[in-house]
Amino acid sequence: MSAANWTANFLNQLTAAAISVEQFSLPSASLWQIESRHWQQFATLAVGQDVRWVAGWAEHVEGRLFINACFEKQGVYVLLRTIVNAAKPELPSQATVYPAASRSERHTQDMFGVHFTGHPDHRRWTRHQAWAKHDYPLRKDFPVQGEPETVTPPDKDYQFIKAHGEGVYEIPVGPVHAGIIEPGHFRFQAVGELILNLEERLGYVHKGIEKIAEGRTPESLARLAGRVSGDTTVGHCWAACRAMEQAAGIEIPPRAALLRGILAERERVANHLGDMGAICNDVAFIFAHMQFSRLRELWLRTNAAVFGHRLLMDRIVPGGVACDLSASACTLIKQEIVQLSKELSEIITAIDLNSSLEDRIYTAGYLAPEIAAAFGTVGYVGRASGQDRDVRRDAPYLPYDHASFKVALEDQGDVASRFWVRYKEINASLKLIKQFIAQLAAGSTLTEWQAPPAGSEALSIVEGWRGETIAYVRFDADNKIARYYPRDPSILNWPALEKLVLNNIVPDFPVCNKSLNGSYSGNDL
Amino acid sequence: MLRLFKKIITTGVVTEKCKVPKEDELERLGIQIKNHIDKNFSGSITIRAVDAGSCNGCELEIHALNNPYYDIERFGIHFAASPRHADVLLVTGPVSRHMQTALLRTYEATPNPKWVVAVGDCAACGGEFGVSYASCGAVSNVIPVDVVIAGCPPTPQALMKGLLGLMKG
Ligand code: SF4
Repeated sequence: MSAANWTANFLNQLTAAAISVEQFSLPSASLWQIESRHWQQFATLAVGQDVRWVAGWAEHVEGRLFINACFEKQGVYVLLRTIVNAAKPELPSQATVYPAASRSERHTQDMFGVHFTGHPDHRRWTRHQAWAKHDYPLRKDFPVQGEPETVTPPDKDYQFIKAHGEGVYEIPVGPVHAGIIEPGHFRFQAVGELILNLEERLGYVHKGIEKIAEGRTPESLARLAGRVSGDTTVGHCWAACRAMEQAAGIEIPPRAALLRGILAERERVANHLGDMGAICNDVAFIFAHMQFSRLRELWLRTNAAVFGHRLLMDRIVPGGVACDLSASACTLIKQEIVQLSKELSEIITAIDLNSSLEDRIYTAGYLAPEIAAAFGTVGYVGRASGQDRDVRRDAPYLPYDHASFKVALEDQGDVASRFWVRYKEINASLKLIKQFIAQLAAGSTLTEWQAPPAGSEALSIVEGWRGETIAYVRFDADNKIARYYPRDPSILNWPALEKLVLNNIVPDFPVCNKSLNGSYSGNDL
Repeated sequence: MLRLFKKIITTGVVTEKCKVPKEDELERLGIQIKNHIDKNFSGSITIRAVDAGSCNGCELEIHALNNPYYDIERFGIHFAASPRHADVLLVTGPVSRHMQTALLRTYEATPNPKWVVAVGDCAACGGEFGVSYASCGAVSNVIPVDVVIAGCPPTPQALMKGLLGLMKG
């Protein structure tokens, strides 16, 4: 397998380019430290090797800023780091090379005051009006309470991209939308019904998650992680707990790993059912919406009956899980799977032949595979545009290392593909749940926690229901969190929405948006 | 198309078929709500849901109120797309500072008489997020609140009970 090779070859390439790399090893990733002046050059070489940009974040450590960027190829992750002086932090931007890095660098600019030279877009991103331009909330000297005004004014003077010409008009939408959904702003330029351009303006639900994570205990961080994005409570909580466990050198019991797998697959099924219904609803196909939301409700009721929470919040805890499965619960789940598979195949057969659904979801919201690749799109959005990527298979972790399942893949890139990928993924999840239940052996579900030494850090990558979900954790002394950065898959997928709606009609925006279903909360943090 | 009708017929009306004891409670609750709505609001109330900074967990459960099991519309509760059509604002989340003005404006746009229900622990007291440079915490720190529905997130049943509390209040 060439997996080990890409880093070896790439290191040779870096040496040839006179970029010196200090190497360290972290659980789940290698840590490479380079000089800040080489930051962009590294990206240029990496993109040439089809290495994917995955995440970026910074950390304020005693007068210096650690700037991190994570890269991946063939399931092998590298954490790239450079250290700059906090007094005048400046380094060349990677966003010139990787469009996916653009918003992340703007977030780091707003939160730490880092200047990325050559960045194609220096507008603020996460900052609206809640703190001043030269205040940087994630610096250690910025108090968690800040100095907010009694009423924070609405965001203003944000320079949206303009379009001119005969018949071109602009539609501003949000932050408060018409449905029961999260807030964000969309700015359309349209001619007639046709969308010429869409610009997203997010950050409305920024609630300081990274800042309020600092100083927490592992249990408390797990609870916060479970609320980065409520629909991904299992995914984020798992990523954060696994990162903390790796930093602390703790292994969870095999039974706990299997239960985590079951929880994660149940979360995937619940969300996919909800989304498939919502996609149908957005094209006014109520039959399917009602059927899928009925199946989702039944599924959530089993969650409540068996695990004690409909959305499975706080079931994963540092060191293991806070729930267990009795033999009768296993039987119940297995029966439920049989019933769900049967009902799903009935519904799918009924809607597959429906021309009014076909009319609306085929060819709508087309995301070309090249664009999906260029933006590093993950999860079902990437997989519906031919991006054959799944952490569960490519960088397997317990309990997926002993599981067999097929990664769903489509290549049409339209709303229909994103619908069918979800359907295939539900079937794969049901198989996985059965496998995990079959492997369950008696045993404990929790390993006792041991405080890690100050400075311990780890990066953990799991496949949440939306796709690759990442948590970076570094500990301070006394078992306290120094830095937590969660990278929701939405951060990579939101930019794809701006592309896939082009040349669609404005009335199809809701279904295009739903087919991607980015998390606002997971993006804004 | 035939398959579709077959599925509809074989599925039946799940809304009325609930036999689990809990579901009777749901029926009872619903009917109580309906009676209050009939008496005090001439038959129906209109709700506008506003996410003021939630993690989206609360939204998932508010959505569930419209699934065929709860089908809250049958009790005269209707979700509107604009605050201008609403009697009740259902507000979730700690209020993020970036949403503070939007929430105030939504509140102002809602015609009188109006009621505000704070949904979820975050809306009730700030929850896991509290008050910070980025969060105003509880909804009552920003607009007057009439009823609080606790839970993280509150279950659809808790939501229905909370709404009943509002009607009785
Ligand atoms: S109460 Fe819980 S589910 Fe609701 S917004 Fe807060 S954290 Fe999310």
